[in-house]
Amino acid sequence: MIPAPFDYVAAQSPAHALDLLDSHGDEAKLLAGGHSLLPMMKLRLAAPSVLIDIGRLAELTGIRAEGDELVIGAATPHAALAASELVRADAPLLAHAAAQVGDPQIRHRGTIGGSLAHADPAADLPMALLALGGSVDVLGRDGTRNVVADDFFTGFFETSLAEDELIAAVRVPRRPGQGWGYQKFVRRANDWAIVGAAAVGGRIALANMGPVPLRARAAERALAEGVPAAEAAELAADDTEPGEDVHADRDYRRHLARILTRRALEQRG
Amino acid sequence: MQVELTVNGRRRTDEVEPRLLLVHYLREVCGLRAANVGCDTTSCGACTVLMKGAGEPGGGTSVKSCTVLAVQANGQEVTTAEGLATGGDLHPVQAAFRQEHGLQCGFCTPGMVMATVGLLSENPHPTEAEVREGLEGNFCRCTGYHNIVRAVLAAAQADAGTEVGA
Repeated sequence: MIPAPFDYVAAQSPAHALDLLDSHGDEAKLLAGGHSLLPMMKLRLAAPSVLIDIGRLAELTGIRAEGDELVIGAATPHAALAASELVRADAPLLAHAAAQVGDPQIRHRGTIGGSLAHADPAADLPMALLALGGSVDVLGRDGTRNVVADDFFTGFFETSLAEDELIAAVRVPRRPGQGWGYQKFVRRANDWAIVGAAAVGGRIALANMGPVPLRARAAERALAEGVPAAEAAELAADDTEPGEDVHADRDYRRHLARILTRRALEQRG
Repeated sequence: MQVELTVNGRRRTDEVEPRLLLVHYLREVCGLRAANVGCDTTSCGACTVLMKGAGEPGGGTSVKSCTVLAVQANGQEVTTAEGLATGGDLHPVQAAFRQEHGLQCGFCTPGMVMATVGLLSENPHPTEAEVREGLEGNFCRCTGYHNIVRAVLAAAQADAGTEVGA
Protein backbone atom coordinates (compact mmCIF):
# COMPACT_ATOMS: atom_id res chain seq x y z
CA MET A 1 0.00 0.00 0.00
CA ILE A 2 1.38 3.36 -1.04
CA PRO A 3 0.28 6.71 0.36
CA ALA A 4 -1.11 9.36 -1.96
CA PRO A 5 1.60 11.78 -3.14
CA PHE A 6 2.68 14.54 -0.79
CA ASP A 7 5.49 17.01 -0.28
CA TYR A 8 7.90 16.44 2.59
CA VAL A 9 9.68 19.11 4.60
CA ALA A 10 12.00 18.40 7.51
CA ALA A 11 11.42 21.24 9.97
CA GLN A 12 14.62 22.87 11.21
CA SER A 13 13.11 23.99 14.51
CA PRO A 14 9.74 24.11 16.26
CA ALA A 15 9.35 27.72 15.06
CA HIS A 16 10.04 26.59 11.49
CA ALA A 17 7.40 23.88 11.88
CA LEU A 18 4.89 26.51 13.01
CA ASP A 19 5.74 28.68 9.99
CA LEU A 20 5.20 25.71 7.71
CA LEU A 21 1.89 24.89 9.39
CA ASP A 22 0.87 28.49 8.95
CA SER A 23 1.66 28.57 5.23
CA HIS A 24 0.11 25.20 4.40
CA GLY A 25 -2.97 25.32 6.61
CA ASP A 26 -5.07 22.20 6.95
CA GLU A 27 -3.36 20.61 3.95
CA ALA A 28 -0.36 19.86 6.17
CA LYS A 29 0.19 17.23 8.83
CA LEU A 30 2.98 16.99 11.37
CA LEU A 31 5.05 13.81 11.18
CA ALA A 32 7.12 12.45 14.05
CA GLY A 33 7.41 8.65 14.30
CA GLY A 34 4.57 8.31 11.82
CA HIS A 35 3.24 5.14 13.40
CA SER A 36 -0.33 6.38 13.51
CA LEU A 37 -0.22 8.72 10.51
CA LEU A 38 1.58 6.57 7.93
CA PRO A 39 -0.74 3.55 8.34
CA MET A 40 -3.70 5.90 7.84
CA MET A 41 -2.06 7.40 4.77
CA LYS A 42 -1.31 3.95 3.35
CA LEU A 43 -4.99 3.07 3.74
CA ARG A 44 -5.85 6.47 2.19
CA LEU A 45 -7.83 7.37 5.29
CA ALA A 46 -5.61 10.44 5.37
CA ALA A 47 -4.09 12.25 2.40
CA PRO A 48 -2.29 15.39 3.56
CA SER A 49 -0.53 17.20 0.75
CA VAL A 50 2.42 18.21 2.95
CA LEU A 51 4.19 16.36 5.74
CA ILE A 52 6.21 18.47 8.15
CA ASP A 53 8.75 16.23 9.87
CA ILE A 54 9.36 17.22 13.49
CA GLY A 55 10.57 13.77 14.51
CA ARG A 56 14.22 14.64 14.79
CA LEU A 57 14.06 18.04 16.43
CA ALA A 58 16.31 17.96 19.50
CA GLU A 59 14.09 20.62 21.11
CA LEU A 60 11.22 18.13 21.17
CA THR A 61 13.02 15.15 22.68
CA GLY A 62 14.33 14.26 26.09
CA ILE A 63 12.99 13.74 29.59
CA ARG A 64 13.77 16.01 32.51
CA ALA A 65 12.54 16.77 36.01
CA GLU A 66 11.28 20.31 36.55
CA GLY A 67 10.15 20.94 40.12
CA ASP A 68 7.37 18.51 40.93
CA GLU A 69 6.79 17.58 37.28
CA LEU A 70 8.46 15.45 34.66
CA VAL A 71 8.71 17.21 31.31
CA ILE A 72 8.84 14.86 28.34
CA GLY A 73 9.62 16.11 24.85
CA ALA A 74 6.77 15.36 22.44
CA ALA A 75 9.00 13.45 20.02
CA THR A 76 10.28 11.09 22.72
CA PRO A 77 9.68 7.53 21.53
CA HIS A 78 7.78 5.04 23.68
CA ALA A 79 10.89 2.87 24.10
CA ALA A 80 12.78 5.79 25.67
CA LEU A 81 9.87 6.51 27.98
CA ALA A 82 9.62 2.88 29.04
CA ALA A 83 13.37 2.63 29.68
CA SER A 84 13.80 5.99 31.45
CA GLU A 85 14.94 5.58 35.07
CA LEU A 86 13.40 8.97 35.82
CA VAL A 87 9.98 7.99 34.46
CA ARG A 88 10.12 4.54 36.05
CA ALA A 89 10.84 6.11 39.43
CA ASP A 90 8.59 9.18 39.36
CA ALA A 91 5.70 8.16 37.09
CA PRO A 92 5.87 4.36 36.83
CA LEU A 93 2.40 4.08 35.34
CA LEU A 94 3.57 6.13 32.35
CA ALA A 95 6.63 3.93 31.82
CA HIS A 96 4.42 0.86 32.03
CA ALA A 97 1.84 2.29 29.63
CA ALA A 98 4.57 3.17 27.12
CA ALA A 99 5.80 -0.43 27.28
CA GLN A 100 2.29 -1.67 26.38
CA VAL A 101 2.11 0.21 23.07
CA GLY A 102 2.36 -2.12 20.05
CA ASP A 103 5.61 -4.06 19.93
CA PRO A 104 9.33 -3.23 20.28
CA GLN A 105 9.73 -1.95 16.70
CA ILE A 106 6.67 0.28 17.06
CA ARG A 107 7.95 1.60 20.40
CA HIS A 108 11.24 2.55 18.75
CA ARG A 109 9.42 4.88 16.35
CA GLY A 110 6.11 5.96 17.88
CA THR A 111 6.21 9.08 20.05
CA ILE A 112 4.22 10.28 23.06
CA GLY A 113 3.23 13.52 21.35
CA GLY A 114 2.11 11.67 18.26
CA SER A 115 0.01 9.24 20.27
CA LEU A 116 -1.67 12.05 22.21
CA ALA A 117 -2.31 14.16 19.10
CA HIS A 118 -3.74 11.13 17.30
CA ALA A 119 -6.12 10.75 20.29
CA ASP A 120 -7.29 7.21 19.72
CA PRO A 121 -9.66 6.59 22.65
CA ALA A 122 -8.42 2.96 22.81
CA ALA A 123 -4.73 3.90 23.02
CA ASP A 124 -2.47 3.52 26.03
CA LEU A 125 -0.87 6.93 26.49
CA PRO A 126 -4.01 9.11 26.39
CA MET A 127 -5.50 6.98 29.18
CA ALA A 128 -2.24 7.08 31.13
CA LEU A 129 -1.95 10.87 30.85
CA LEU A 130 -5.52 11.28 32.04
CA ALA A 131 -5.02 8.92 35.00
CA LEU A 132 -1.84 10.74 36.00
CA GLY A 133 -3.46 14.15 35.81
CA GLY A 134 -0.82 15.28 33.33
CA SER A 135 -0.91 18.08 30.81
CA VAL A 136 0.36 19.06 27.40
CA ASP A 137 2.49 22.07 26.46
CA VAL A 138 1.02 23.34 23.20
CA LEU A 139 3.20 25.61 21.09
CA GLY A 140 1.56 28.15 18.82
CA ARG A 141 2.40 31.47 17.22
CA ASP A 142 1.58 33.33 20.41
CA GLY A 143 3.74 31.13 22.60
CA THR A 144 3.05 28.10 24.73
CA ARG A 145 -0.21 27.22 26.42
CA ASN A 146 -0.64 24.38 28.86
CA VAL A 147 -3.69 22.15 28.47
CA VAL A 148 -4.60 19.65 31.19
CA ALA A 149 -5.40 16.13 30.03
CA ASP A 150 -9.06 16.53 31.06
CA ASP A 151 -9.45 19.33 28.49
CA PHE A 152 -7.14 18.02 25.78
CA PHE A 153 -9.26 15.24 24.30
CA THR A 154 -12.35 16.79 22.75
CA GLY A 155 -13.82 14.08 20.53
CA PHE A 156 -13.24 10.88 18.58
CA PHE A 157 -9.63 11.31 17.34
CA GLU A 158 -9.97 15.02 18.12
CA THR A 159 -8.03 17.27 20.46
CA SER A 160 -7.98 20.92 21.44
CA LEU A 161 -4.92 21.44 19.21
CA ALA A 162 -5.53 24.12 16.60
CA GLU A 163 -4.37 23.59 13.02
CA ASP A 164 -1.38 25.86 13.55
CA GLU A 165 -0.25 24.40 16.87
CA LEU A 166 2.00 21.53 17.87
CA ILE A 167 2.65 19.59 21.07
CA ALA A 168 6.04 20.61 22.41
CA ALA A 169 6.09 18.60 25.63
CA VAL A 170 4.07 16.50 28.01
CA ARG A 171 4.00 17.10 31.76
CA VAL A 172 3.17 14.59 34.46
CA PRO A 173 3.32 14.99 38.24
CA ARG A 174 6.28 13.34 39.97
CA ARG A 175 4.93 10.87 42.48
CA PRO A 176 7.65 8.37 43.43
CA GLY A 177 6.31 5.46 45.43
CA GLN A 178 2.65 6.17 44.73
CA GLY A 179 0.62 3.05 43.97
CA TRP A 180 -0.81 2.59 40.51
CA GLY A 181 -2.75 0.01 38.56
CA TYR A 182 -2.96 -0.57 34.80
CA GLN A 183 -5.29 -3.02 33.12
CA LYS A 184 -5.82 -3.51 29.43
CA PHE A 185 -8.11 -6.15 27.97
CA VAL A 186 -7.19 -7.42 24.52
CA ARG A 187 -7.93 -10.55 22.54
CA ARG A 188 -4.71 -10.44 20.52
CA ALA A 189 -1.17 -9.53 21.53
CA ASN A 190 -0.11 -5.98 20.57
CA ASP A 191 -3.70 -4.85 20.08
CA TRP A 192 -5.52 -1.74 21.18
CA ALA A 193 -7.55 -2.10 24.35
CA ILE A 194 -11.09 -3.41 23.99
CA VAL A 195 -11.37 -1.61 27.32
CA GLY A 196 -8.59 -0.26 29.55
CA ALA A 197 -8.49 1.08 33.09
CA ALA A 198 -5.68 2.97 34.84
CA ALA A 199 -5.67 4.12 38.46
CA VAL A 200 -3.27 6.43 40.29
CA GLY A 201 -4.11 7.75 43.74
CA GLY A 202 -7.79 8.64 43.57
CA ARG A 203 -7.92 9.09 39.80
CA ILE A 204 -9.28 6.45 37.44
CA ALA A 205 -9.12 6.71 33.64
CA LEU A 206 -10.78 4.44 31.11
CA ALA A 207 -9.81 3.63 27.53
CA ASN A 208 -12.30 2.86 24.76
CA MET A 209 -15.39 3.55 26.86
CA GLY A 210 -16.45 6.49 24.70
CA PRO A 211 -15.14 8.80 21.98
CA VAL A 212 -12.39 10.10 24.29
CA PRO A 213 -10.46 8.62 27.20
CA LEU A 214 -12.71 9.12 30.23
CA ARG A 215 -12.47 9.61 33.97
CA ALA A 216 -14.58 7.14 35.97
CA ARG A 217 -15.91 10.00 38.06
CA ALA A 218 -18.62 8.18 40.00
CA ALA A 219 -16.10 5.58 41.10
CA GLU A 220 -13.60 8.31 41.99
CA ARG A 221 -16.21 10.09 44.12
CA ALA A 222 -17.07 6.86 45.94
CA LEU A 223 -13.39 6.22 46.65
CA ALA A 224 -13.02 9.75 48.00
CA GLU A 225 -15.94 9.09 50.34
CA GLY A 226 -14.18 6.02 51.70
CA VAL A 227 -16.16 3.37 49.85
CA PRO A 228 -14.08 0.17 49.50
CA ALA A 229 -12.35 -0.22 46.13
CA ALA A 230 -14.37 -3.26 45.03
CA GLU A 231 -17.65 -1.37 45.61
CA ALA A 232 -16.38 1.84 44.03
CA ALA A 233 -15.37 -0.14 40.94
CA GLU A 234 -19.01 -1.16 40.46
CA LEU A 235 -19.64 2.49 39.48
CA ALA A 236 -16.85 2.60 36.88
CA ALA A 237 -19.17 2.36 33.87
CA ASP A 238 -21.70 4.91 35.13
CA ASP A 239 -22.48 7.66 32.63
CA THR A 240 -20.53 5.97 29.84
CA GLU A 241 -21.80 5.35 26.32
CA PRO A 242 -19.18 3.03 24.84
CA GLY A 243 -19.26 2.11 21.18
CA GLU A 244 -20.02 -1.35 19.87
CA ASP A 245 -17.90 -3.34 17.45
CA VAL A 246 -16.94 -6.89 16.54
CA HIS A 247 -15.02 -7.25 19.83
CA ALA A 248 -17.65 -6.14 22.31
CA ASP A 249 -21.14 -4.74 22.64
CA ARG A 250 -22.03 -1.90 24.99
CA ASP A 251 -22.97 -4.05 27.99
CA TYR A 252 -19.86 -6.16 27.71
CA ARG A 253 -17.68 -3.04 27.58
CA ARG A 254 -19.39 -1.73 30.73
CA HIS A 255 -18.82 -5.08 32.40
CA LEU A 256 -15.14 -4.93 31.43
CA ALA A 257 -14.83 -1.39 32.75
CA ARG A 258 -16.09 -2.47 36.18
CA ILE A 259 -13.87 -5.56 36.34
CA LEU A 260 -10.75 -3.83 35.03
CA THR A 261 -11.25 -0.86 37.36
CA ARG A 262 -11.51 -3.23 40.34
CA ARG A 263 -8.32 -4.97 39.23
CA ALA A 264 -6.53 -1.67 38.66
CA LEU A 265 -7.57 -0.43 42.12
CA GLU A 266 -6.47 -3.68 43.74
CA GLN A 267 -3.18 -3.55 41.86
CA ARG A 268 -2.74 0.05 43.01
CA GLY A 269 -3.06 -1.10 46.64
CA MET B 1 13.77 14.60 -3.04
CA GLN B 2 17.42 13.64 -2.61
CA VAL B 3 18.32 11.36 0.29
CA GLU B 4 21.69 10.23 1.53
CA LEU B 5 21.76 7.03 3.54
CA THR B 6 24.31 4.52 4.65
CA VAL B 7 22.92 1.10 3.78
CA ASN B 8 24.85 -1.89 5.08
CA GLY B 9 27.92 0.29 5.53
CA ARG B 10 27.79 1.82 2.05
CA ARG B 11 26.94 5.45 1.60
CA ARG B 12 24.55 6.19 -1.22
CA THR B 13 22.59 9.09 -2.63
CA ASP B 14 19.26 8.60 -4.36
CA GLU B 15 16.42 10.66 -5.70
CA VAL B 16 13.17 9.39 -4.16
CA GLU B 17 9.52 10.33 -4.02
CA PRO B 18 8.59 11.42 -0.47
CA ARG B 19 5.95 8.71 -0.35
CA LEU B 20 8.45 5.92 -1.02
CA LEU B 21 8.46 3.50 1.92
CA LEU B 22 11.82 2.47 3.33
CA VAL B 23 11.11 -1.20 2.55
CA HIS B 24 10.44 -0.36 -1.11
CA TYR B 25 13.55 1.81 -1.19
CA LEU B 26 15.63 -1.09 0.11
CA ARG B 27 14.07 -3.68 -2.19
CA GLU B 28 13.61 -1.74 -5.40
CA VAL B 29 16.15 1.07 -5.32
CA CYS B 30 18.97 -0.70 -3.46
CA GLY B 31 18.13 -4.18 -4.77
CA LEU B 32 18.23 -5.66 -1.27
CA ARG B 33 15.47 -8.25 -1.04
CA ALA B 34 15.95 -9.59 2.51
CA ALA B 35 13.39 -7.26 4.08
CA ASN B 36 10.05 -8.70 3.00
CA VAL B 37 6.69 -7.00 2.72
CA GLY B 38 4.37 -9.25 4.68
CA CYS B 39 1.29 -7.66 6.19
CA ASP B 40 2.20 -4.10 5.12
CA THR B 41 0.35 -2.86 8.25
CA THR B 42 3.10 -2.66 10.94
CA SER B 43 2.09 -6.00 12.40
CA CYS B 44 4.10 -8.94 11.09
CA GLY B 45 7.67 -7.66 11.29
CA ALA B 46 8.87 -9.34 8.08
CA CYS B 47 10.23 -5.95 6.97
CA THR B 48 12.27 -5.35 10.15
CA VAL B 49 15.61 -3.60 9.65
CA LEU B 50 17.92 -1.69 11.96
CA MET B 51 18.05 2.09 11.79
CA LYS B 52 20.58 4.32 13.50
CA GLY B 53 20.85 8.09 13.61
CA ALA B 54 24.13 9.80 12.79
CA GLY B 55 26.41 9.71 15.80
CA GLU B 56 24.25 7.27 17.78
CA PRO B 57 26.14 4.44 19.44
CA GLY B 58 25.55 0.75 18.74
CA GLY B 59 24.12 -0.95 15.71
CA GLY B 60 20.75 0.81 15.66
CA THR B 61 17.24 -0.10 16.73
CA SER B 62 14.77 -2.39 15.02
CA VAL B 63 12.05 -0.71 12.95
CA LYS B 64 9.36 -1.93 10.58
CA SER B 65 10.45 -0.52 7.26
CA CYS B 66 6.91 -0.69 5.82
CA THR B 67 6.01 2.13 8.22
CA VAL B 68 9.01 4.39 7.73
CA LEU B 69 9.44 6.71 4.77
CA ALA B 70 12.75 6.59 2.97
CA VAL B 71 12.96 10.35 3.51
CA GLN B 72 12.67 9.79 7.27
CA ALA B 73 15.81 7.67 7.05
CA ASN B 74 17.70 10.47 5.32
CA GLY B 75 21.13 10.82 6.91
CA GLN B 76 20.75 7.60 8.87
CA GLU B 77 22.37 4.20 8.78
CA VAL B 78 20.21 1.24 7.82
CA THR B 79 21.21 -2.39 8.21
CA THR B 80 19.37 -5.26 6.52
CA ALA B 81 20.01 -8.98 6.86
CA GLU B 82 22.33 -8.72 3.85
CA GLY B 83 24.60 -6.50 5.91
CA LEU B 84 25.09 -8.83 8.86
CA ALA B 85 27.63 -11.37 7.59
CA THR B 86 31.25 -10.25 7.55
CA GLY B 87 33.74 -11.69 5.10
CA GLY B 88 31.64 -14.73 4.32
CA ASP B 89 31.07 -15.57 8.01
CA LEU B 90 27.50 -15.58 9.19
CA HIS B 91 26.61 -13.18 11.98
CA PRO B 92 26.23 -15.18 15.23
CA VAL B 93 22.46 -14.64 15.14
CA GLN B 94 22.28 -16.00 11.59
CA ALA B 95 24.49 -18.94 12.60
CA ALA B 96 22.25 -19.69 15.57
CA PHE B 97 19.12 -19.61 13.40
CA ARG B 98 20.76 -22.10 11.05
CA GLN B 99 22.10 -24.29 13.84
CA GLU B 100 18.77 -24.45 15.69
CA HIS B 101 16.69 -24.57 12.51
CA GLY B 102 14.91 -21.37 13.53
CA LEU B 103 12.85 -21.26 10.34
CA GLN B 104 10.38 -23.18 8.29
CA CYS B 105 9.31 -21.44 5.06
CA GLY B 106 11.82 -18.65 5.69
CA PHE B 107 9.64 -15.67 4.81
CA CYS B 108 9.69 -14.18 8.31
CA THR B 109 13.35 -15.12 8.88
CA PRO B 110 15.15 -11.92 7.79
CA GLY B 111 12.79 -9.90 10.00
CA MET B 112 13.19 -12.35 12.87
CA VAL B 113 16.97 -12.19 12.57
CA MET B 114 17.02 -8.38 12.50
CA ALA B 115 14.59 -8.13 15.42
CA THR B 116 16.82 -10.57 17.31
CA VAL B 117 19.95 -8.55 16.58
CA GLY B 118 18.10 -5.48 17.88
CA LEU B 119 16.78 -7.33 20.93
CA LEU B 120 20.20 -8.71 21.91
CA SER B 121 21.80 -5.29 21.54
CA GLU B 122 19.36 -4.01 24.17
CA ASN B 123 19.30 -7.15 26.31
CA PRO B 124 22.31 -9.41 25.56
CA HIS B 125 21.17 -12.25 27.83
CA PRO B 126 17.38 -12.42 27.83
CA THR B 127 15.31 -15.09 29.55
CA GLU B 128 13.06 -17.24 27.39
CA ALA B 129 10.08 -15.09 28.41
CA GLU B 130 11.99 -11.94 27.45
CA VAL B 131 12.79 -13.46 24.07
CA ARG B 132 9.14 -14.26 23.43
CA GLU B 133 8.09 -10.75 24.46
CA GLY B 134 11.00 -9.18 22.63
CA LEU B 135 9.91 -10.82 19.38
CA GLU B 136 6.20 -10.10 19.83
CA GLY B 137 6.36 -7.80 16.81
CA ASN B 138 7.37 -10.64 14.48
CA PHE B 139 4.98 -13.28 13.25
CA CYS B 140 5.90 -16.73 11.96
CA ARG B 141 2.83 -18.06 10.20
CA CYS B 142 4.41 -21.51 10.04
CA THR B 143 4.32 -21.13 13.86
CA GLY B 144 7.92 -22.19 14.14
CA TYR B 145 8.33 -20.19 17.30
CA HIS B 146 9.93 -22.88 19.48
CA ASN B 147 13.00 -23.21 17.30
CA ILE B 148 13.16 -19.46 16.76
CA VAL B 149 13.23 -18.87 20.52
CA ARG B 150 15.84 -21.63 20.87
CA ALA B 151 17.94 -19.93 18.20
CA VAL B 152 17.76 -16.56 19.97
CA LEU B 153 18.78 -18.13 23.28
CA ALA B 154 21.64 -19.94 21.56
CA ALA B 155 22.75 -16.68 19.95
CA ALA B 156 22.63 -14.97 23.35
CA GLN B 157 24.73 -17.76 24.83
CA ALA B 158 27.27 -17.18 22.06
CA ASP B 159 27.35 -13.50 23.12
CA ALA B 160 25.88 -12.40 19.81
CA GLY B 161 24.64 -9.24 21.54
CA THR B 162 28.15 -7.93 21.90
CA GLU B 163 28.83 -8.35 18.18
CA VAL B 164 25.94 -6.21 17.08
CA GLY B 165 27.00 -3.56 14.66
CA ALA B 166 30.40 -5.16 14.21
